[in-house]
Amino acid sequence: MARAADAPGPLARLAQALRIPAGDAFAAVGLSIYAVFVLVALLADVIRPHDPLEILFDEDGNLLANLGMSLAHPLGTTNLGRDIFSQLVVGTRAALLVGLAAAVVVVAIGTLVGLVSGYFGGWIDSVLMRLADIALGVPFLPFVIVLAGFLGASTGNIVLSIALLLWPNTARVIRSQVLTLRERAFVEAARVTGSSTSRILFVHIAPNILPLSFLYGSIAIGWAILTEASVSFLGFGPSNVVSWGYMLQDAYGSQALSRGSYNWFVPPGICIVLVVVAGFFISRGYEEILFPKLRD
Amino acid sequence: MRYLASRLLQMLLVLWVVATLLFLMFRLMPADPTSAFIDPTFTMEQQEQMRAAFGLDKPLWQQYLIYFANLARGEFGQSFFQQRPVLEILLSALPNTLVLTVSALLLAYLFGVLAGAWLAWKRGSRVEAAAVPAVLTVRAAPEFWLGMILLAVFGFGLGWFPSGGANSAGARFDSELARILSLDFLAHMALPCLTLALYLQGLPLLLMRSTMLEVMQEDYVTMARMKGLPESRIVLRHAARNALLPVVTAFALGLGATVGGNVVVESVFSWPGLGRVLVTAVAASDYPLAQGAFLLITVVLVVMNFIADLLYSVLDPRVTHGARG
Repeated sequence: MARAADAPGPLARLAQALRIPAGDAFAAVGLSIYAVFVLVALLADVIRPHDPLEILFDEDGNLLANLGMSLAHPLGTTNLGRDIFSQLVVGTRAALLVGLAAAVVVVAIGTLVGLVSGYFGGWIDSVLMRLADIALGVPFLPFVIVLAGFLGASTGNIVLSIALLLWPNTARVIRSQVLTLRERAFVEAARVTGSSTSRILFVHIAPNILPLSFLYGSIAIGWAILTEASVSFLGFGPSNVVSWGYMLQDAYGSQALSRGSYNWFVPPGICIVLVVVAGFFISRGYEEILFPKLRD
Repeated sequence: MRYLASRLLQMLLVLWVVATLLFLMFRLMPADPTSAFIDPTFTMEQQEQMRAAFGLDKPLWQQYLIYFANLARGEFGQSFFQQRPVLEILLSALPNTLVLTVSALLLAYLFGVLAGAWLAWKRGSRVEAAAVPAVLTVRAAPEFWLGMILLAVFGFGLGWFPSGGANSAGARFDSELARILSLDFLAHMALPCLTLALYLQGLPLLLMRSTMLEVMQEDYVTMARMKGLPESRIVLRHAARNALLPVVTAFALGLGATVGGNVVVESVFSWPGLGRVLVTAVAASDYPLAQGAFLLITVVLVVMNFIADLLYSVLDPRVTHGARG
């Protein structure tokens, strides 16, 4: 790590920004949780014992409905005889897909707006920051529901609506960082030696704010997964995708609560909690590196 | 005063943008634009009436002006499925949402602030080391899932609380106020309120803890210690008061999450509030009702933000809103 700091090229800085939180205990836990879930998502088809939507029968042709936990069905079955463990495994994929896609879009828009707004200032800055105020003033989940309900329930629309409302948080922080960076000597030097504006922005300033972008990215992943779960729970998720939110909706709608089928509706929630907590922990690791004052 | 005026202007700007977005969304949808206000099941007479009221046969820009004139008069159209004016449905749901939200917020902030201050005081102890990750974990849980578990355990399992709705079926009350103050209503509200509060308490708790830690290092706290004041007095009178300010700021920022959280929690507990109206309306393609519910939720959010702003300026005399650079 020390060696990377000696050669502060943009690539080395990026690598450094990515590697740093591993030293922090919280961040290490968060990264390991992510690693496990990514592995499960990649190997989902190998791990799952059944097709998540397959209706299962025993040898005598009886529906295997509402089974408890057993070796054959680690988490039991749903009221329609579907294997819950298989659904949970496959659901990892939907969660990570939405989380990562939304985080990438949110951070890309937020970083770009923050860079432009902070560097150019003036009316561009005013317009962009007013837009940010407006986006923050719109109720988040209701907006996602209305958009998903009317434009059609698809993963793409959910990601789009999350991106539309979540970029201002990143943009504001990046902007304030750029405001101080643009007055620094190395930026001044680049300007004097005739570097183009885009070169100053993307080669000289951008690498310095990348860690901040990652910080907001790791928070956005959690937000996106929570949002997707809520939207799917309310019945506005894509109907052909098995996600954790879909499982919870299925359980709620099938009276699993009054039947006390905890094996059905507790595991998906725990998975959501784990992924979101991992994001919190990683961002905490970044924060302690970025803002050492917080470490007490 | 100038600050207030600019905040007021910003409020109106947000409302205008949201209303415009909704207008465009409904008019530019692939389906027939009149479908935003007219359902095929309406009688001919009703259809004519709607067409005239919303100017659906006029050019788009005129429809836009008519739309705003109607909004200003509280005319949101007719619900497709309930065959009642949208405004009437919304106004009957609004008190339920407001009472639930405000009680949950009060509960969460009261608990969060006290527990946060206590954890700061217990700094470095085992309790603190265990409490912080625990709070983070509760914060990471989806509200509707917390609600489902509370409902399964305390509603269905133990039978302590009713499993849904805001009042028992068939209950009659003399007035809206009597309904909200009734024991029946409180019993119905307990679980949804607890769910929302559990979700909300993390932010004030963590924030209070970290600002308390900061404030405890200030000179005036050291001074109070040197004067030999009792520890409880120092924590409460000197440190906590000043640590509260960022919590109030966060209160305003957290409102957006609260109003969103309402939607799912109301759905889990079949709580007849605005969020549930929105969800059922969107699911049933009841466009006028969905549009009205979304607008009213936005109004609630924007107004609460404004109140939080006012509160902040009252609490912190250093904030002189007249001269901001």
